[in-house]
Amino acid sequence: MAATPRVLVFSTINISDPGIDLAGSRHLEYPATVQTMAVPCSSGLKPSWLIHALDNGFEGVFVASDGEECAYLPDCAERTAEIISKAQAIMAERGIPAQRLKMAALCSVCAEPFANYMREFSTTLQALRAETSAA
Amino acid sequence: MSTEAVQPGADQPEQRRIGVYICHCGGNISDYVDVNAVREALAEEPGVVVSESPVFACSDGTQHDMIDAIHDQHLDGLVVASCSPKLHQVTFRNVAKRADLNQYAYTQVNVREQASWAHPHDRAGATEKAIGLVRAGVAKTRLSDPLEPLVVKTEPRTLVVGGGIAGLRAAIGLADLGIAVVLVEREAELGGWTGRFGPTFPDNRLGSDEVDELVEQIRGRRDITVYTRAELTGKAGSFGNYDVQLTLHREGSDKLLEVRVGSIIVATGFDSYAPDEGEYGYGMDGVLTLPEFKAMVDAAPSGPLTVNGRPVRSIGYIYCVGSRQEAPGNEYCSKFCCTATVHASLQVAALDPSIRQFHVYRDIRAYGRNELLFNESRDKGSTYLKFADDNPPAVSKLANGTLGLTVTDLLTESREVMLPVDLVVLVTGMVPRQNTSLVELLKLPLGSDGFFNEIHPKLRPVETVVDGVMIAGCCQSPRTVGESVAAGLAAVAQSAALLKKGFAELEPLVARVDPDKCTGSGACLTTCPYEAITSIQWEGRTIASVDPATCKGCGGCVPLCEQDAIDLLGYTDAQMRAAIEELVAAQPQKEPVA
Repeated sequence: MAATPRVLVFSTINISDPGIDLAGSRHLEYPATVQTMAVPCSSGLKPSWLIHALDNGFEGVFVASDGEECAYLPDCAERTAEIISKAQAIMAERGIPAQRLKMAALCSVCAEPFANYMREFSTTLQALRAETSAA
Repeated sequence: MSTEAVQPGADQPEQRRIGVYICHCGGNISDYVDVNAVREALAEEPGVVVSESPVFACSDGTQHDMIDAIHDQHLDGLVVASCSPKLHQVTFRNVAKRADLNQYAYTQVNVREQASWAHPHDRAGATEKAIGLVRAGVAKTRLSDPLEPLVVKTEPRTLVVGGGIAGLRAAIGLADLGIAVVLVEREAELGGWTGRFGPTFPDNRLGSDEVDELVEQIRGRRDITVYTRAELTGKAGSFGNYDVQLTLHREGSDKLLEVRVGSIIVATGFDSYAPDEGEYGYGMDGVLTLPEFKAMVDAAPSGPLTVNGRPVRSIGYIYCVGSRQEAPGNEYCSKFCCTATVHASLQVAALDPSIRQFHVYRDIRAYGRNELLFNESRDKGSTYLKFADDNPPAVSKLANGTLGLTVTDLLTESREVMLPVDLVVLVTGMVPRQNTSLVELLKLPLGSDGFFNEIHPKLRPVETVVDGVMIAGCCQSPRTVGESVAAGLAAVAQSAALLKKGFAELEPLVARVDPDKCTGSGACLTTCPYEAITSIQWEGRTIASVDPATCKGCGGCVPLCEQDAIDLLGYTDAQMRAAIEELVAAQPQKEPVA
């Protein structure tokens, strides 16, 4: 098993992805097992994609959502939260620990928060691994 | 295998012929990612017929190589793994266009900001990550549909935020090109810092005269509208058609104004570094900052210089105050202040050549032609004393009421010298202006130093990641008047490049309903705030349909369809699922037992 957990981040092209770019530009290091896929808006994510990632080798999925800043949808935060709830329901049904899915709004200059989220999420997932193997 | 009549399309993904280019970025990527390993891994991917790793993918030579390969190898898809799509997506889409390849068969993969630069101490990890990211990009291209951009009309008007010299000059430049201008200035007066200056380097012209001249020109132009005591307080719409809200602060009440503009130039300037109380004696009588001193000298009548009624016989300048500090202070050099101080000392010498002037400095950066001013100041009697970074000068109050400036002079065998002076000038640099509401409104990216960030410091020096929003002048970084004006005019050129065509091409990456899957439930009809989704009749059934010109391409309707009948082009269900699978380049880890 890899030392650090694989994490898939769903970012948004205009808001959270520039924040993630900035983290790299500023060399704010985070685990290289974090990979990012950008979409226009976090409200366009299908719950099934989040589950698909968890089924295909990603230990964690992180939705870096637009939050209140979304240029497309005024209710983007609520919509994204609904997508997360649906994914969580599927996870609960399948016995996948809820901690493997996380969402946070990330702004276009949120470089440090992103790097911190990734380090924290990685730690959480590692702890979850230890718990699961101990159980 | 026949190379003729290969039809690209998502219906034959297995038959695609894709070219993959992994950029070294001259070491920016290849120093941290094993680019050759990525190239070799990608050469094995189904459908990949070209896998190369150029030193600079964006170079003219490599672009030509790509076009040749597209023709010679009959490529129907292109993937470039280099920097953020914000930088070069357009570049490589244009490569595709020039090679008669559909530009939406191109996928940009970010292995610089999101791989090499983020993981400089994990070469193996960064390489494995990059392989996954490029494979995911290939998957997206493999399943791409040929699309054409949507065309929208643009508003030939630019909003300039900030009426300092950069904003004023930009306004005139825009109007000269036939683009209408709305300029907003928060203060009651136009001109900013320069408007308050007397003689300025390099030509000794009065800053106030230069501003007056620009304001006079603007007054005579019907195509420039200026609002002072006004702020940008709202923004809606998208590039080419921004609806901005201006708040005019008027007696009694604020007035709101809505204007439609195609682009926005932000030229909001800087603040001067404010020393802490006691920093090099700041707060003592006779200790001034550079702007305070400049105002005093500019206002002085010819003849003796006085401070608080006392004649000034000697001046000490302490350079680099608030600049070139240790982190987390201001690590940058403010660049204008050496020359501004040298220039002010020449003004003093002209007022009264008998005033003794001591320049206590770390390094003098009077670059380019400004070096001549530095030489002139020495000819006119200024004395320069150099202190070490770790041994800064100190300011004290002397018994006779004057000031003592103590410095260990590296140029005089590191002897400690105490200079009795009437005035101490703290040569303060520039700091970013606090513009929180503007930053939030326009989503302006800030660098770690707090100044606004351009997309690329050399190649795209005034554009931001926000389409149609440019930055110019000292809001970007410390600079001289001439450099600020040059940036203002660069922003004019970029605005014109966007608006003069009269139309903009928008991404055709909009939502599309699969009529076979749609059951006409109507669930999606109320989900689009832009009302892009309507009911239509199709083969005797009622189904949903998306108007591509109205659709903004957010995909918000996609997860709300119970039938999975809506796809966002460029991010289709098939593309997303395939890309997710491809990201995991190595053997998938075994799931922990739940």
